[in-house]
Amino acid sequence: MNIHEYQAKEILRAHGIPVPPGEIATTPEEAESIAARYGGPVVVKAQVHAGGRGKAGGVKLADDAADARVKAEAILGLEIKGLTVEKVLVTPAEEIASEAYVGIVMDRATQSNVFMVSPEGGIDIEEVAATNPDAITKLSIDPRYGLLPHQAMGLAWALYDDVKLARQAASIIMKLYEAYQAAGATLAEINPLITTPEGEVKAIDAKMNIDDSVLFRVPEVAAMRDTSSEPAAETKARDAGLSYIKLDGQVGCVVNGAGLAMATMDMVKFYGGDPANFLDIGGSSNPDKVVTALEIITADPRVKSILFNIFGGITRCDDVANGIVEATRRIEIDLPIAIRLTGTNEAEAIEILNRAGFTAMTDMDEVVKAAVELAKGDTSA
Amino acid sequence: MSIFIDGSTRLVVQGITGRDGGFHTRQMIEYGTQVVAGVTPGKGGQLFDDSVPVFDTVAEAVEKHGANTSVIYVPAAFAADAVFEAAEAGIELIVCISEGVPVQDMMRALPFVKEKGARLIGPNCPGLITPGVCKVGILPGQIVMPGPVGVVSRSGTLTYEVIFQLTRAGIGQSTCVGIGGDPLIGTNFVDCLEAFEADPQTRAVCMLGEIGGTDEQVAAEYVRDRMSKPVVGFIAGQTAPPGRRMGHAGAIISGSEGTAAEKMKAFRDCGIAVAERPADFVELIAAAL
Repeated sequence: MNIHEYQAKEILRAHGIPVPPGEIATTPEEAESIAARYGGPVVVKAQVHAGGRGKAGGVKLADDAADARVKAEAILGLEIKGLTVEKVLVTPAEEIASEAYVGIVMDRATQSNVFMVSPEGGIDIEEVAATNPDAITKLSIDPRYGLLPHQAMGLAWALYDDVKLARQAASIIMKLYEAYQAAGATLAEINPLITTPEGEVKAIDAKMNIDDSVLFRVPEVAAMRDTSSEPAAETKARDAGLSYIKLDGQVGCVVNGAGLAMATMDMVKFYGGDPANFLDIGGSSNPDKVVTALEIITADPRVKSILFNIFGGITRCDDVANGIVEATRRIEIDLPIAIRLTGTNEAEAIEILNRAGFTAMTDMDEVVKAAVELAKGDTSA
Repeated sequence: MSIFIDGSTRLVVQGITGRDGGFHTRQMIEYGTQVVAGVTPGKGGQLFDDSVPVFDTVAEAVEKHGANTSVIYVPAAFAADAVFEAAEAGIELIVCISEGVPVQDMMRALPFVKEKGARLIGPNCPGLITPGVCKVGILPGQIVMPGPVGVVSRSGTLTYEVIFQLTRAGIGQSTCVGIGGDPLIGTNFVDCLEAFEADPQTRAVCMLGEIGGTDEQVAAEYVRDRMSKPVVGFIAGQTAPPGRRMGHAGAIISGSEGTAAEKMKAFRDCGIAVAERPADFVELIAAAL
């Protein structure tokens, strides 16, 4: 799960990391009154789940409260990578002497959390990695002992020569590790970590990704989910225990299992069609899930045909068949459906479908070909 | 022969009295697996289905019934602890079926498993099956047949699909292993390829990868440098949009790393035949045997 900058900053603040104050505005008027309270220049920052906000015009410096209103007006409603900006963070502008990067990420290859720090902050770390990899210091953290204080100090020395700055940075790095662990994150970044002319070290931008599997344990983090930043169908799917991602094609796909779902989408492409979505109905097949899946898919106006590819294991084919029949009773489906069911309780499923006037196939390639043809309007398939 | 499980496998089921654990225990027994014990804390002393003794701890199952393998069906929140318990009790092979295990939990469990000299398969995996001999996990027994092909995969149902097509074409399998779709797993492609290379029954290997991570690329180099047996590969997720998670926590494309195109290229560059569709495995494997 992605969280917004202002939410990541709340988590960092709660762990004692120096982060300048900031408040959220959803209208230009709110932005103005927040800026008036701070006095002096502020930064108005789009809160969307997308990188490159600055380049897209989503981050602007405002001289005073009146200007904050103008800047907020320009940013609210802006489209950044397909997402509409609905909130801005208003925060006092800081005087910056230097910018550094501090991040920690879960690394699959070493099966550990890895710290990355660089004195070149304020730009994407990917860019630094590409142009000046020597400017990045990495440290794999042994999960048995966690981040040790001397390691944090070592990372801090890679950022600053001055011992006062290095000690502040080491303290921030220790607290970042604590925050990362406590929130169940898979990524936490401070970029930039700044020094002020007075010699203070502060985090002025933050990003965190949270492991979806840990949300049950951290309800206060789970509550940070912003469903306004994702398609409504994806929220509905998640609430029903389905995994759904909308794409732009014409063949609506309903599959059990993520790997088979991806392979089915690939087959749709292989046979000349385009998948409308990724949809995994998961392991235990409750007919209600199938009904919800069909509601979501038929609500997408681009969809021209529906493809079921079910390999029964834990999922029982007869449950899926019952769901299809139930869905056609509850909602009107004008779209052609191609169904393939194999595995657990396959014979019962085919009988249920036949009684309701559907035919079912047993071969994956056949059903994908049929669905692609149906999407093109060829009903002879 | 086979890899990891065979006639000497003595299985303890962690979470035997749960819904999934109970259902799959019956299926495993029916398939011929020696299920010697079950574990559910607080239910020690009971008999599961009037035949399998239930204990409070894995240690008791090891001590009293010589369990050497465990399979875990406990809820995600307790799965990592179940792995720790099994490793501590001296279990040699731990198969974790549980889905949705927090990544940081697994990160702590993995070095412990290694220190104890155990092997973990999973989490979030379908387990493994040696056709006609033994199954540990949830792979459907009716779709496999004994033969010369090793199957290793990050997926569940996609693996069933490929096994089903092989069996339908009369091509049997030595052992089929689902290593799991999570970002942190106990046994990777290279571990399985190494075991298949050493297994006299296995004459060719099907490797089913997915987008995300770099395990397939590492495996491709292993095949090029260390394997004498032919390998046929497949990557699911060619049409996945970058940066989106496709169900499995593992299937995340970050930057240029881990796309299907990149992995398929790595396969081809290392002499691995690439199946464009699951159905292509049949022809490519038949040609390789």
